[in-house]
Amino acid sequence: MAFKRQIDRLPIIPSDAKKQNVTCHFCIVGCGYHAYTWPVNKQGGTDPSQNIFKTDLSKQQGGDTDAWYAPSMYNIVQQDGRDVHIVIKPDKGCEVNSGLGSIRGARMAEMSYSKARATQQQRLTHPMVFRYGQMQPTSWDDALDLVARVTVAMLKEPGGEDNLFVSAFDHGGAGGGYENTWGTGKLYFEAMKVKNIRIHNRPAYNSEVHATRDMGVGELNNCYEDAELCDTIVAVGTNAYETQTNYFLNHWIPNLRGSSLQKKQQELAGEPHAQARIIIVDPRRTSTVAACEVEAGKDNVLHLAIESGTDMVLFNALLTHIVEKGWQDKAFISASTKDFDKAVAANKTSLADAARITGLKAEDIAKAAAWIAEPKEGRRRRAMFAYEKGLIWGNDNYRTNAALVNVALATGNIGRPGGGCVRMGGHQEGYSRPSDAHVGRPAAYVDQLLIEGKGGVHHIWGCDHYKTTLNAHKFKQAYKKRTDIVKDAMNAVPAGDRPALVAAIVDAIKKGGLFAVDVDIVPTKIGEACHVWLPAATSGEMNLTSMNGERRMRLTERYMDPPGESMPDALIAARIANHMERILRELGDAKYADQFKGFDWKTEEDAFMDGYHKHEKGGQFVTYERLRAMGTNGFQEPASDFKDGKIVGTKRLYTDGKFGTKDGKATFMEAQWRGLQAPGKEEQKKKFKYLINNGRTNHVWQNAYLDQDNEFIMDRWPYPFIEINPDDMKELNVSAGDLVEVYNDDGSTQAMVYPTPTAKKGHTFMLFAFPSGVQGNVVNAGTNELILPNYKQTWANIRKLASAPASVKHLSFKSQEYKMG
Amino acid sequence: MKGCDKLVDAGRRQFLRGGAMATVGVAASTVLPTNEAQAKPAPARVEYPSNRLANLSQLKSNEPLDISYPDRNSPGVLIKLGTRVPGGVGPAGDIVAFSTLCPHKGYPLSYVAADKTLTCPGHYSVFDCEKSGLQVMGQATQNLPQFTLRVASNGDIFAEGVDELIYGRLSNVL
Ligand code: SF4
Ligand code: FES
Repeated sequence: MAFKRQIDRLPIIPSDAKKQNVTCHFCIVGCGYHAYTWPVNKQGGTDPSQNIFKTDLSKQQGGDTDAWYAPSMYNIVQQDGRDVHIVIKPDKGCEVNSGLGSIRGARMAEMSYSKARATQQQRLTHPMVFRYGQMQPTSWDDALDLVARVTVAMLKEPGGEDNLFVSAFDHGGAGGGYENTWGTGKLYFEAMKVKNIRIHNRPAYNSEVHATRDMGVGELNNCYEDAELCDTIVAVGTNAYETQTNYFLNHWIPNLRGSSLQKKQQELAGEPHAQARIIIVDPRRTSTVAACEVEAGKDNVLHLAIESGTDMVLFNALLTHIVEKGWQDKAFISASTKDFDKAVAANKTSLADAARITGLKAEDIAKAAAWIAEPKEGRRRRAMFAYEKGLIWGNDNYRTNAALVNVALATGNIGRPGGGCVRMGGHQEGYSRPSDAHVGRPAAYVDQLLIEGKGGVHHIWGCDHYKTTLNAHKFKQAYKKRTDIVKDAMNAVPAGDRPALVAAIVDAIKKGGLFAVDVDIVPTKIGEACHVWLPAATSGEMNLTSMNGERRMRLTERYMDPPGESMPDALIAARIANHMERILRELGDAKYADQFKGFDWKTEEDAFMDGYHKHEKGGQFVTYERLRAMGTNGFQEPASDFKDGKIVGTKRLYTDGKFGTKDGKATFMEAQWRGLQAPGKEEQKKKFKYLINNGRTNHVWQNAYLDQDNEFIMDRWPYPFIEINPDDMKELNVSAGDLVEVYNDDGSTQAMVYPTPTAKKGHTFMLFAFPSGVQGNVVNAGTNELILPNYKQTWANIRKLASAPASVKHLSFKSQEYKMG
Repeated sequence: MKGCDKLVDAGRRQFLRGGAMATVGVAASTVLPTNEAQAKPAPARVEYPSNRLANLSQLKSNEPLDISYPDRNSPGVLIKLGTRVPGGVGPAGDIVAFSTLCPHKGYPLSYVAADKTLTCPGHYSVFDCEKSGLQVMGQATQNLPQFTLRVASNGDIFAEGVDELIYGRLSNVL
């Protein structure tokens, strides 16, 4: 049987409940929510005077009602040391989601730490250190002293700050936030100049969208409303229904359905308008494709099921064809760009060549070009380009990114209503750090260096390499070996003898060991190898600011206590700095110690004022108090003023035709096809039978760090799925729900067979970054020249491990596509 | 509320609006005992009525029958699936009943006979009737509420309980 909560009644929110602003801390969309809290011994009633909705709750409420919440939106948590009821429900007044929740965000309450209702009991509550052969709770001072002593000792060894390796979140929402990126950034980039640093989902400290930035086009340059205004949406490698859900539902669908027509006529008068069309570039037929077909009609959806990794060729052919037809925006190109002719010449690709390489039909490529750029009754067509991991984590990232931005620039679609060339995003953003220029370009391939035995101390902040890196199988083997050397050394001395312990650790490091400190909210897979765990607070347990995919900045107010003694990352960073300063003074190095001054923050707001407020563009207009007043709609960055009690924001970037280059001109870029670029990919493709395409599913947020402790999700996905065509299944002699091994020369992993008739033969799709089967195990170590991983183009063989276990017998393996009944 | 209006394309969608019909309102907690001795212990769960939905003879394989439970403002379907399923009743163990208010935002679900699923035009959720309402794909945060059934010796089918909270009500029995 499917999991059921057997909840037949929920406490009613009383009319005097406390209401707090919340931005969903999961995906980039950043939907607006409110957290309502009230004392645990009180409850509202069904009479309109007794509940927050002023509604008669003794009656059935209609569809889309504000006056209902699901059991997943309810919990009992602690607030200021007391148990309170909490309901976290989507906000109808938020322009981002207009009251919509998704399967991920609408479980925020249920995925909060609750002793009373035993949810998220996996959360870390106290600092833990490796002592007497296992992780043991200890005090902050004890844990921080050990971290600081070992870290400082290694800074004093040859190699200095290069001995310290760091893995750190750099995003927003639960993946950072301005407070926490600043806290960690100030520690590693100002107090120190750490260059062996990487980000949560890739093995180096680099941009996923280097090319667009180099061209002068920041990657979040439009607003969500542009999806309602455009003539054509061009979606590349993004399965928006499942991974940017409410952006898709609330802004793409209305245009595809034609219900934003009136808005188009009003805001863009004087030109013809129709419901939007959509081009979807994806080797796989996704649930997004199915939903678009239902809403827009098949004639208005062009699914380009491209040969995996050949996107650049398609974009170059589009550019070539558009220019041949004379559909480019000549005025815009001459006023605001440079190197157009050079790029057109260098990237020239015929429809026939493109068809051969991409596997698409030439006429479909021509059709896509027309949908993007053919003038509509003499007026420029408005196209919005949106791309994500299919491109970002795909073949030849840099050039492919450039080739797409070329098309957007050539058609004058940046800085204009109904335009934009944007990444869709994974996490929200929330980056505020001192300069990272010392990291260099290309940045250090941190995971490879760790495998090679480099580095002595590893500080990890909200990252789990074991689940989210490439070459993960080899990484884990090397990492375990190195951290075990230190564990064995720690076991050999009495834990209470601090000097002896530090000396033993340093000695073990010199013998190839690695001392690892894991700062996280839950025990992670990599954490199993670490020697110290420091418990962090997450969004809502602290005040947290972030921005979403249209640069919309909001403050999530602290609505509950952090579990146990856990603290905001910003303050953990500050406390590490304080302890390092103390130890350096103890060692008589006052000069070095002085670099660790400036961390006397008491609250996350102190970190915000020190970081974002002082350092970011427009930051001087932004304070917690002002953000609180701006509610769930916030403002769009950058801020330009504070007027009439409101922060004034920026709806779109580059509306004046001036771009982010020295001369203000956006630069077209050469992007020439060179096949599968990353080392080892061509060989892997030749040797192994199945494409192991991979990505996310609707149900799961990120690497399932919270979902792994949520019954509703683990009931649906006890194992990562692998979608396989039924003919391939016959050849492999496997059935629905069987466990299979996916293996190649780089590693092996497991997945559960999900029969998928729409999958092409030889093409599979596996859930990425899942705890019970890590796809990264079979991704080879090859990256692009800027150390961007290529997770998508992976080939492996498949063999049966076990027939469907009892734990999957209750599952459905039916089509995930919506069909009209 | 512009966003809300956008989502509701009244021209294409039939909407179930609550509150139009009279309902028996039962407030969950209006009686507060003054002391323990006088307190009448309240049941821990709502009291589900036993409602006759149909007779076995009315059901045709894979043809859903519109019903409502626990009251007429809570629509559902009764389906004879044709294959034995967990939780199914009747001689073949193949009869099930579900709420048809989507537990995401309350849009009305419809039955896709070819797949034996209930699907939602609101935001494309799909629920598997053969797997006790498991959400195959979609935006609800719960699987589909299923009605507990009992078949009497004369073939009458009764609904007597619900296993998840029904959309649009904070108590399954109002
Ligand atoms: S769409 Fe994204 S931001 Fe919105 S509720 Fe879902 S996970 Fe949260
Ligand atoms: S109402 Fe059914 S999916 Fe949203």
